[in-house]
Amino acid sequence: MALAAQKSDALEARIARLDRPTAGWTAKARADALARLSSMGLPGKRDEYWRYTDPAGLNLAEAAAAALFDAQGEAPPFDGIDRLKLVFVDGVFDPAASDDPALAGVEISLLSKTGGADLHWAQGLYGTLEAAGQSPVARPFAAMNTAFATEGVMIRATGRAAKPVSLIYLHKSETSDAILHHCIKVESGAELTLLENGPAAARFSKVMEVDVADGGRFHHVRTQGRDHERRAITHIFARLGRESLFKSFTLTANGRLTRNECVIDLTGADAVAHVAGAAVGDGDFHHDDTVFVTHGAERCESRQVFKKVLKNGATGVFQGKILVRPGAQKTDGYQISQSLLLDEDSQFLAKPELEIYADDVKCSHGSTSGAIDETALFYLRSRGVPESTAKSLLVLAFLAEALAEIEDEALAEDIRSRLEGWLSRHER
Amino acid sequence: MLEINNLHVKLEEDDKVILKGVNLTVEAGKVHAIMGPNGSGKSTLSYVLAGRDGYSVTDGSATLDGAELLEMEPEERAAAGLFLAFQYPVEIPGVGNMTFLRTAVNAQRKARGEDELSAGEFLKIVREKAKALKIDAEMMKRPVNVGFSGGEKKRNEILQMAMLEPKMCILDETDSGLDVDAMKLVADGVNALRDAGRAFLVITHYQRLLDHIRPDVVHIMADGRIVKTGGPELALEVENNGYADILAEVM
Repeated sequence: MALAAQKSDALEARIARLDRPTAGWTAKARADALARLSSMGLPGKRDEYWRYTDPAGLNLAEAAAAALFDAQGEAPPFDGIDRLKLVFVDGVFDPAASDDPALAGVEISLLSKTGGADLHWAQGLYGTLEAAGQSPVARPFAAMNTAFATEGVMIRATGRAAKPVSLIYLHKSETSDAILHHCIKVESGAELTLLENGPAAARFSKVMEVDVADGGRFHHVRTQGRDHERRAITHIFARLGRESLFKSFTLTANGRLTRNECVIDLTGADAVAHVAGAAVGDGDFHHDDTVFVTHGAERCESRQVFKKVLKNGATGVFQGKILVRPGAQKTDGYQISQSLLLDEDSQFLAKPELEIYADDVKCSHGSTSGAIDETALFYLRSRGVPESTAKSLLVLAFLAEALAEIEDEALAEDIRSRLEGWLSRHER
Repeated sequence: MLEINNLHVKLEEDDKVILKGVNLTVEAGKVHAIMGPNGSGKSTLSYVLAGRDGYSVTDGSATLDGAELLEMEPEERAAAGLFLAFQYPVEIPGVGNMTFLRTAVNAQRKARGEDELSAGEFLKIVREKAKALKIDAEMMKRPVNVGFSGGEKKRNEILQMAMLEPKMCILDETDSGLDVDAMKLVADGVNALRDAGRAFLVITHYQRLLDHIRPDVVHIMADGRIVKTGGPELALEVENNGYADILAEVM
């Protein structure tokens, strides 16, 4: 009883400063989310789902300060890519820095601006996939996000978007605590590419609900920013219809704490979902990929490809699950999580899981942890390649399978050059 | 060009002494062969010269045009003009053969203070040299040595040598695992590189490679030392009588 009371007090303190709109079309979804959150409470280290990642920094009533990062004139991600830019500064939309949100085949509105308006499609989505994703594992920070989000974009693609929509998150206040909630609906036969980049805030909570209708295609590429001290908890909840496609790739470089949860529900036959990540961490870096893919229909394909490069005491976590429901025959599920440990102080904690209730499926999973291949390193050096360059080549080779999940060549090249930059800056 | 004096080497891990005073001089423009039974230290010598970890030099020296090799990093030795064709070329998944070769060529040029080759210039040269070794474009696109046959791996080594244009080439059992045709192709590649400013050290078990790459000098290595040196006829003697007679004579 004492524990329950403690938990309840901690939750009260955590949400005391947050504001929850009680009017407008999200009001009911927010009230429901608060009820969910109250019954779950905040996570603790004793919770199985938080065994490898300490949620303390996310549970604090106030965000710990995070020093601003100086990119020293380096070009921001996706700089050369033609895209529609929407800029958020510490979680607040910046219209002056953003493009006019007009794009053929796409409707874009802001969560804060739609207040009283009746956005039918979004009303059916806001908090819905998040709520569905609370079972079988509780995700309290996602419910908290739904209840208290201050901003977000509502994007509905009705055709093939002419260019990517690019969400840019700038971090300008050392103590910012941002909560964004995006809803994305890709209608039948439509196609959308969403880009995200930036550290966003000292503490950042983000939920993205993505509903891909039959035959829709959704591509997602994000980079999470190089700020050393920021903390982030992000969730993607995706629901995929028949013959739809969902592809998500994340690059994370630095950050004191990052937990990226991805919950994918394959509900229509022949759907394809790929989720991939490359994380590179040096020093005080804790990075957690927590993925849950549910196969609920026949002949769906899912891939989880996560690679982490860790040094100077950095920690990587992977919790990935494939659940195949009864009747989801001919499922093709693949999961790989690997880490390259550049020294003995770093660690990788992995919990791969398969749970299968259909008898005609193909599922594989693998998890490895290793050091740089010394023989390959010597071979490269014997040809005159300096040690640091040789190591970078081998690290990029290690990450190649995750990077291969980015379909668009220009985006893939952008990510690759970011990684090369990071590696050259972190040679020792 | 290459001067090895009284070289003593042991394995770092188990203190086992492998080289027990190797003396060897290879002059520019010459091809020297080293033959010897298994375990005589031939491959160790090649690795120590190239700078592989795991060995400790307890005495002696090795210089390339007067510069002390043993104090250099492997990449510095390469830039100074040393090249080792590996007995077992290493597979590197995820690194394209072309990327690897271009990185290596340009790293060496940079280390020597020369301009790097542009993508176009590089491509032109590599195509020409690859063609002579019957290496097709597909092989260049694949990751380094991954899925290559034994012959393809050895040809790839020779291509690297041709691109890097080293002064001192060490070939460590380049004939192992090759059929006669593949050996001929590799030997032709090596012979094409022979010139007055370049020297070769060919390590082999068998005379047959030396039929194709004609040596000027043949050394017999046994128990960590060069025990006998002679002309090409020494290789024939080994081929006909084995090592036993020679070893009995010198030991």
